[in-house]
Amino acid sequence: MSEYIIRTVGLTKRYGEKTAVKQLNLTIKKGEVFGLLGPNGAGKTTTTLMLLGLTEPTEGFASIEGMDCTRDPIGVKRIVGYLPDNVGFYGDMTGRENLYFTGRLNGLPEDVIRERTEGLLERVGMTEAADQKTKTYSRGMKQRLGIADVLLKDPKIIIMDEPTLGIDPQGMRDLLSLIRELSEKDGRTILLSSHQLYQVQQICDRVGIFVEGSLIACGTIAELGKKMEREGKYTLELSAEPDNEALTRLLSGVEGVNGVEREGENILVHSRTDLRRRVTMELTANGYTLLGLRQKGGDLDEIYGRYFEKAEREQRKAEAKGNRALERLKKGLRSGQRKSGGA
Amino acid sequence: MLILAVIIITSYASLYGALSGISSDSDYIFLSLYTTSGNSIPSFMSFIALLGPFVGIILGFDGISGEKSERTLYRIAAQPIYRDSIINGKFLAGTTLIFLMVFTMGVSVGAAGLLVTGVPPSLEEVGRVFFYLVFTSVYICVWLGLSLWFSVVCKNAAASAMASIGVWLFFALFMSLVAGIIADAFYPMNNDWQALMNSMGNYTLELNLNRLSPYYLYSEAASTIMNPSVRAVNVVTMESLSGAISGYLSLGQSLLLVWPHLAGLIALMLATFAGSYICFMRQEIRAK
Repeated sequence: MSEYIIRTVGLTKRYGEKTAVKQLNLTIKKGEVFGLLGPNGAGKTTTTLMLLGLTEPTEGFASIEGMDCTRDPIGVKRIVGYLPDNVGFYGDMTGRENLYFTGRLNGLPEDVIRERTEGLLERVGMTEAADQKTKTYSRGMKQRLGIADVLLKDPKIIIMDEPTLGIDPQGMRDLLSLIRELSEKDGRTILLSSHQLYQVQQICDRVGIFVEGSLIACGTIAELGKKMEREGKYTLELSAEPDNEALTRLLSGVEGVNGVEREGENILVHSRTDLRRRVTMELTANGYTLLGLRQKGGDLDEIYGRYFEKAEREQRKAEAKGNRALERLKKGLRSGQRKSGGA
Repeated sequence: MLILAVIIITSYASLYGALSGISSDSDYIFLSLYTTSGNSIPSFMSFIALLGPFVGIILGFDGISGEKSERTLYRIAAQPIYRDSIINGKFLAGTTLIFLMVFTMGVSVGAAGLLVTGVPPSLEEVGRVFFYLVFTSVYICVWLGLSLWFSVVCKNAAASAMASIGVWLFFALFMSLVAGIIADAFYPMNNDWQALMNSMGNYTLELNLNRLSPYYLYSEAASTIMNPSVRAVNVVTMESLSGAISGYLSLGQSLLLVWPHLAGLIALMLATFAGSYICFMRQEIRAK
């Protein structure tokens, strides 16, 4: 019981007709890095806001360390640090003054604030720019100051909304290693939402995939891959020599193959079972040299794509029934595009 | 900042105007420093009545919407503070600044006038100036509350500024026209007979409608306070004037006349603040 630090039960948020979050049941363990994945407008930000008590859920409830997020938001906010997407600072104040202000809002004593501020500025590499006004900061600098700002209250849990958005590759690497460090060294629980799969894959212990307000899959990346396989979808990516028409014909002829398609240098073989062994034998028997063979489905990109496909298929079914789901999807997509355009 | 500088400059200009236009036959020379207008320069009072609302609006119009567009509201709201302390802080900071500014300016203009004229104020005059400044501060706070309300409701700062200025223009310029039209509709005065029967009702209704406007309420109260010869704020018939001895009202009596005005202004201030408070507390904190 106490192992789980964040739990939500049937958490639902409706905005008029549109349901932003549907019946969300989520548990997050202490000390883990959890990634909330999903396209823009999938309800990730709404979920994080409900966890912080900034938005009231329509149904269900969320708790952090046994505290109800709606009833006791002050207690929750005392132990949760929140880094909003595209964080803002008071432009007329320097970076250091902004941090002092946050410290005072948290009711920390002045000497603790001073000590922590210096330490954190050092940690995020902002000591030199700390006395500049924040309106002169670049996006990456703001992001780093934002992390210092979050850490100032020494939170047990850190919630980050799209932390990797708009940062250059070097900054991204630094940020990711910092997140990892926060979890491993300091033992903090981290919940981050993102639509950038690659980064999330690198640092998350577990991920949850969010589409249209519902959590359609949740688990470690390996688990999600396995689950996918159990559903009977295998894709084999291979390349062989000599690469000719006969090769594709041969592959199509192998028992159990559903389809063969070409993708650049590689050939994709779709099937319902694991065909690695049979395909290798078949190829060698016919005098082909196997150059590369990979079972797809193990990385997040794949999983993500699959789940989206699935969600879309369901969407189409709903459309066939003639309800207004499509309308809503379109609206969602449009607002999603607008959002990504704005960011 | 700029508007504060403008106000300080204009109030000294008005003092200069008053000094050149002042006449020594008044019994309240010190008060006339505030009320007299010089040639082409309006008086201190009319300057404040004109520019005061702007101070209030400028302090409030981007209170919440600015925090939203700078994206700092999220960060502040995620700290362990109650949500109402954000809006309370905004309003209290504004009112403190307004009271400080109004009193500093009123006292410094008085001091400068004292240095130049060399006429010391009587205790009653000091009292009148004090109450005038209180009225002014409350009046400006009404506009602060209103613009804060718009800043909660409007998505961006420009819209909220336009809305506040629009309301101000309406009250300052058009309210009296509207009040006149409505009063005429209820109590028509198209011929002598109607004029005889309805003039009392017409005038009273128009006055009361006008008093809905904080601008009118404030001007009426300020002129009563600063001008001891104003004896009544409502309709006075010839009958009730008969036998009256012409003279000045004491401070206590003047205050008695405008007491409802002060209560009304404070109520308006609290109402506008309550509006912004309720809207803010019920609002979703998400700046998109």
